[in-house]
Amino acid sequence: MLKFISGRLLQAIPVLFVVITATFFLIHSAPGGPFSNDRAVPPQVLKALNARYNLDQPIWQQYVGYLGDLAQGDFGPSYKYPGRSVNEMIFGSLSTTAELGLYALLVAVLIGVLAGVLAALKPNSPQDYVPMSIAMAGICMPSFLLGPLLVLVFGIYLEWLPISGWGDMPGDKILPAITLGSSYAAYIARLSRAGMLEVMTQDYIRTARAKGLPEHIVVLKHALRGGLMPVVAFLGPAFAGLLGGSFVVETIFQIPGLGRFYVQAAFNRDYTMILGTTIFFSVSIVLFNLLSDVLATWLNPKLRHQGQGDKP
Amino acid sequence: MFKTWPRLLCIWVMFLGLSACGGGESNVSKGNREGILHFGNGTEPQELDPHVVTGVPEHHIITALLEGLISKNPETLEPEPAVAESWTVSDDAKVYTFQLRATARWSNGDTMTAEDFVWSWQRALLPELGNQYAYMYFPIVNAEAFANGELSDFSQVGVKAIAPLTLQVTLNNPTPFFLQLLDHYAMYPVHRATIEKFGQPGEAGTLWTRAGNFVGNGPFVLQQWDLNKVLKVTKNPLYWDANTVKLNGIYFYPTENITTEERMFRVSQLHYTNDVPTEKIAIYQRDKPQKIRVSPYLGTYFYRLNTGLPHLSDVRVRKALAMSIDRDAIVNSILKAGQLPAYSITPPNTLGYTAASDLRYDPEAARALLAAAGYGNGVGFPVTEIIYNTSEQHRQVAVAIQQMWKQVLNIDIRLHNQDWKVYLDSVSSGNYQIARASWIGDYVDPNSFLDMWLTDGGNNRTRWSSKSYDELVQTIAPSAETRQQRYAALQQAESLLLDAMPIIPIYTYVSKHLIHPSVKGISSNLLDTPYYKYIYLQPETQLSVTP
Repeated sequence: MLKFISGRLLQAIPVLFVVITATFFLIHSAPGGPFSNDRAVPPQVLKALNARYNLDQPIWQQYVGYLGDLAQGDFGPSYKYPGRSVNEMIFGSLSTTAELGLYALLVAVLIGVLAGVLAALKPNSPQDYVPMSIAMAGICMPSFLLGPLLVLVFGIYLEWLPISGWGDMPGDKILPAITLGSSYAAYIARLSRAGMLEVMTQDYIRTARAKGLPEHIVVLKHALRGGLMPVVAFLGPAFAGLLGGSFVVETIFQIPGLGRFYVQAAFNRDYTMILGTTIFFSVSIVLFNLLSDVLATWLNPKLRHQGQGDKP
Repeated sequence: MFKTWPRLLCIWVMFLGLSACGGGESNVSKGNREGILHFGNGTEPQELDPHVVTGVPEHHIITALLEGLISKNPETLEPEPAVAESWTVSDDAKVYTFQLRATARWSNGDTMTAEDFVWSWQRALLPELGNQYAYMYFPIVNAEAFANGELSDFSQVGVKAIAPLTLQVTLNNPTPFFLQLLDHYAMYPVHRATIEKFGQPGEAGTLWTRAGNFVGNGPFVLQQWDLNKVLKVTKNPLYWDANTVKLNGIYFYPTENITTEERMFRVSQLHYTNDVPTEKIAIYQRDKPQKIRVSPYLGTYFYRLNTGLPHLSDVRVRKALAMSIDRDAIVNSILKAGQLPAYSITPPNTLGYTAASDLRYDPEAARALLAAAGYGNGVGFPVTEIIYNTSEQHRQVAVAIQQMWKQVLNIDIRLHNQDWKVYLDSVSSGNYQIARASWIGDYVDPNSFLDMWLTDGGNNRTRWSSKSYDELVQTIAPSAETRQQRYAALQQAESLLLDAMPIIPIYTYVSKHLIHPSVKGISSNLLDTPYYKYIYLQPETQLSVTP
């Protein structure tokens, strides 16, 4: 397993290098610089600003300089927020985005697995159609629509829940978590259904039933482990996606997370912030994919054996 | 399996039950009780250093934390004493002598002196600081040379502390709007010892502006700054006019999404919003007129024309385009918030100045002008492009104008939406035909709108140039002896501009806010500046009996 993990991590290095290099040169070639403004910036001011951020150097020198700083763990200063470093902004808002992602994942797994398993137990019946139709609606409904809808119903009309903020008022995490998690819940429901349907036709399930085990024991003890394999494989990329895709929800609910910086940075041409967040999300995707594979291998004995068989 | 559904229902009810107990007291109720104003502030402030920032959200916060030599009347915007309790102007209107009040203090207890202003203004002009508002100082003798690095000896700049509490400022020319400039945050003082503690004077982005470090001289002090969440200020007991300040604090929220901001207002999380969604304006005006305020604003929305292009170099074409826009239809059918149709670049009643303009909506005359330019019934007129940055409102205005020009002049217009930075790049490099634009006055004076059209002015960007115009704005108006004579010269310049029409004024902005009825003493003014020390909150118990 260690060899597998270290191999995957080594593979990630060139991938990240390509991502950093491509992002660096692409953002520097985009029209409009970080200091362009509606009001003309006087030439002497522009010169001072460019000098401060080394933008007066040739592009390759800026690139080498950036890689040098990066090697020391320094993402550089933000161009948009002169008093803040990119490190400070990323790590300052990361916990909020991660917390939001975790709650959303929890919502997604709880609702998704429950709906998927229920649907798989009685395929082609109302018990299947209803949750799967809701799942399809969940996939189709974007968070910029669902979020305001939940806010209107539960925040404004019923006045049950706060509609903005994070950690200031009790219950202010519920609507953002549901909004962000719902589309993932829908995917997980479909994945669980498919996985469970496949497993339920297996011989060992038939054997378990033949032994006279109650149905809930068959489902919970025997079928779930195999049936949820596709869900487990999906969790890693899903969490990485939740981290990177939270900007809409963060904007709707005024959440001080990383996603807002990610989008604002692109609009502001805040080069270092764009690079910092891109690197951060790339690393997240690599790590969570790896974690998901490790979990799947651990859960599935067949995969473990395949892994051993590959050894020379 | 049948038993599963009731269990699910139980979980859902528990979930909602848990959340139902989460409502609690709203920000507005709590704020009214504690004297805390909850203020929607647009976007997250870039910084709080008055010599580094450029935006309106920063302005709202900095005016709570710092104060300049003078302040303004919250309604008329005429100068009022602030750190300077009085001032005199020499006969030639070039030398201003300010007497600072002995009771002015920094928030750490240090006394304020004239030397604080000399040092702060020197810092604001340091070339390495990259202050984008350094030009505010340029009326002062040698300030421009110092800012450009042509002069390194600040003693030659016209700012002197002639006594501990007496500051003398010498100008290049009589500058009637000089006092107006002094209330701009770019000219606020900063605390020298604090800045030097955290870095060099010419260094931007040091830690001096963080909560716990910031030393100011305004009515409030910085208490807490959580990025993208909230910035809190509390009352400064050492402020010279602390008795006038009624609020105990202000919480500024970065509310960049105006739809979310409006919802926050509806559930009483905000006392004051930075903006109002267009589609909500009519609803509030009809159903809750006491909660919405729409006021004239010192800003003009206009189109720039690239006069370097062959067909747009003809003034008849430019005038035909300007005269075939039905501005009333735009403000009444699209904008719907009380904006005024604009026929001049300077908004009406800019400190008593209202431009006389011949510009009008006249389709017949527009057609005749286009025909005289060789494009009768639009024949042969090249397809022309309007660029605008991403915004639903810019798109709607552009579509309306596209249709008006097709209908009146029979010419084809292409619309091109660009990302903000791409749009800025296109306009500043002259890579456009017609571009939407806007200008918000930095200070209340027609000069703020008229000096941008000087030959080679950085904000001109139309390639239009007129020596007569330059002379009127740069020489004749500043040397006028009375305000009336000065305004007459500026009026002449504006007529020249409108006669050449390198820009097409479309409408004059309004400021739009939702304001909770408990907020009192908040005046509306052309600069849309809230003067916090006059604001107070009325507890809701009293509010309910207020007629």
